[in-house]
Amino acid sequence: MVKQLLKGNIAFAEAAVRNGLEAYFGYPITPQSEALEHLSGRMIEEGRVFLQAESEVAAINMVYGAACAGVRTMTSTSGPGFSLMAEGLSYIAGSEIPVVVVNMMRGGPGLGNIQPSQADYFLMTKTAGHGDFHPIVLAPSNVQELIDDVGLAFELAEKYRTLVLIAGDGSIGQIMEAAELPPMQPVRATRPAWATTGAQGRERNVITSLYLGAGNLEVVNKRLQAKLMEIKHHEARFSEVQTEDAEVLLVAYGTSGRICVSVLREARREGLKVGLFRPRTLWPFPEERLAELSHQVRGIMVVEMSAGQMLEDVERVAQGRVPIRFHGRMGGVIPMVDEIKLDLDALAADVAVR
Amino acid sequence: MVEHLETAEAQIQDEMELVYGYPESLTRASTHYCPGCVHGIVHRLVGEVLDELGIRERTIGVAPVGCAVLAYNYINTDFVEASHGRAPAMATGLKRVNPDKIVFTYQGDGDLAAIGTAEIIHAANRGELITTVFINNAIYGMTGGQMAPTTLSGMVTTSTPTGRDCRLAGYPMRMSEILAQTAGAAYIAREMAVDLASIRKTKQAIKRAFLTQMNGLGFACIEVLATCPTNWNVDPWSAMQWAKEHMSAYYPVQTFKMTDEVKALRV
Repeated sequence: MVKQLLKGNIAFAEAAVRNGLEAYFGYPITPQSEALEHLSGRMIEEGRVFLQAESEVAAINMVYGAACAGVRTMTSTSGPGFSLMAEGLSYIAGSEIPVVVVNMMRGGPGLGNIQPSQADYFLMTKTAGHGDFHPIVLAPSNVQELIDDVGLAFELAEKYRTLVLIAGDGSIGQIMEAAELPPMQPVRATRPAWATTGAQGRERNVITSLYLGAGNLEVVNKRLQAKLMEIKHHEARFSEVQTEDAEVLLVAYGTSGRICVSVLREARREGLKVGLFRPRTLWPFPEERLAELSHQVRGIMVVEMSAGQMLEDVERVAQGRVPIRFHGRMGGVIPMVDEIKLDLDALAADVAVR
Repeated sequence: MVEHLETAEAQIQDEMELVYGYPESLTRASTHYCPGCVHGIVHRLVGEVLDELGIRERTIGVAPVGCAVLAYNYINTDFVEASHGRAPAMATGLKRVNPDKIVFTYQGDGDLAAIGTAEIIHAANRGELITTVFINNAIYGMTGGQMAPTTLSGMVTTSTPTGRDCRLAGYPMRMSEILAQTAGAAYIAREMAVDLASIRKTKQAIKRAFLTQMNGLGFACIEVLATCPTNWNVDPWSAMQWAKEHMSAYYPVQTFKMTDEVKALRV
């Protein structure tokens, strides 16, 4: 297929259409409204279902309803909308229904602003909603990865009957770059056996997250935890740049990860043996490989557009083996190469690597 | 004992025309509802309607949060459990991807008139081809008797211990009147299920509401004035009388919207 110049939001929306998205329910919120706008045209063109809901609360519940009927469905939003969806996400997780949600993170907390941020990491990876649960969280850093992650998200959601989130940020949504879209797939012809499609010629299906007996609910939770354990073993993904001989390690994801590639290049030109570890799944967090690297390097620097959320996972995995420094910007500010490099140089000096 | 009954039933069905029996659209589970609760009556009506219309196998129900949270244990169709108030949104998702199926929500007054006001009004406004059965007993039953948006002025509840003061707590909400204002609503009616005559009328209304969906005519909602003897602190019979006299005085039992096509339906 041919590469074309694509805006992030349009790219993920179109990628979803080509991955056989059957129903989209969403609500406008900056910085991802272009996705909803694109889908309002394309879904109708392709004879699929599109509806602009009255709120994010309604949207996630429409998605839940459609997903219970066994169709490929998704929504997209930003931080404030994601917070509204939390209850719906918990129900979806608790009743084991495949759903994909894209969160183009923006400055917060509260109304915040519309610039990029990574400050929903805790919210997305630790649980997304109330109760014992983790969604799978994918972390693209450019438009191509975002496109590829849409297909992967649907696959994983359906493979495990679970919630899959894509952690974008305002920058990835708005940026325009060359990328390739997948070929068009039709919507699936059949519905899964567990779906609520009318009990014709079969026992009826009841989809619920309510288990009033404490013993019963514990059994359900054990099953959910076992599923999460399986996901942890098989689905952690990451990307590495020049880690083979690295003495200091940058750890960053998404747009921060992308900026760190430039930091790495500059530092390497000056002779610093720096590597970049870029998680591609935030949950399951790629702990095994990062733990390995923490034995190899002398210092780690985490870069995030937040007060330090993934930082806590890195600290947990590194277990105090090496000094960890943090470079973070908040409120929608994007860290620049030179400021990150200053901190990196300071870390290198601290651990006597030059 | 059950086996004996089933054999007898089968024998009767072989030899005679069965004119009254247990609806196939209800399960055989004993309900958990209180004596004098209208849920049991309306579940039965829904069961009979689904049987008479022959739609059990293509119907999907959306259960609320409230006393009827376990409605899926009693009504014998595919079912999903919605979060509080969101049933119309779930129903919208279900119906939009299953246009040939029948989707209904079954909701109480907290579900529909408090937390779910946005969802029901927008579903009605969009003319969603779903059917809503709205049980209004002017109180929060499941959570132990707190004020509902539909609680009458002066009514004592666990969160209005000295009686509802409308200047502080707002006025009881007439949801059918509000829903009838939406352009997408095709059939909005209020009934009550407190004596034989009104129960019969409620059944007809529910049947017409499902037929409205089956014929693609628009959104339909039947509000049913109901009782809660437990949280009203009265016996079942008194509860029925009180609903008949006092609830219907504030919530008029009438049809608020009925398009010509809905009127023309043969019920």
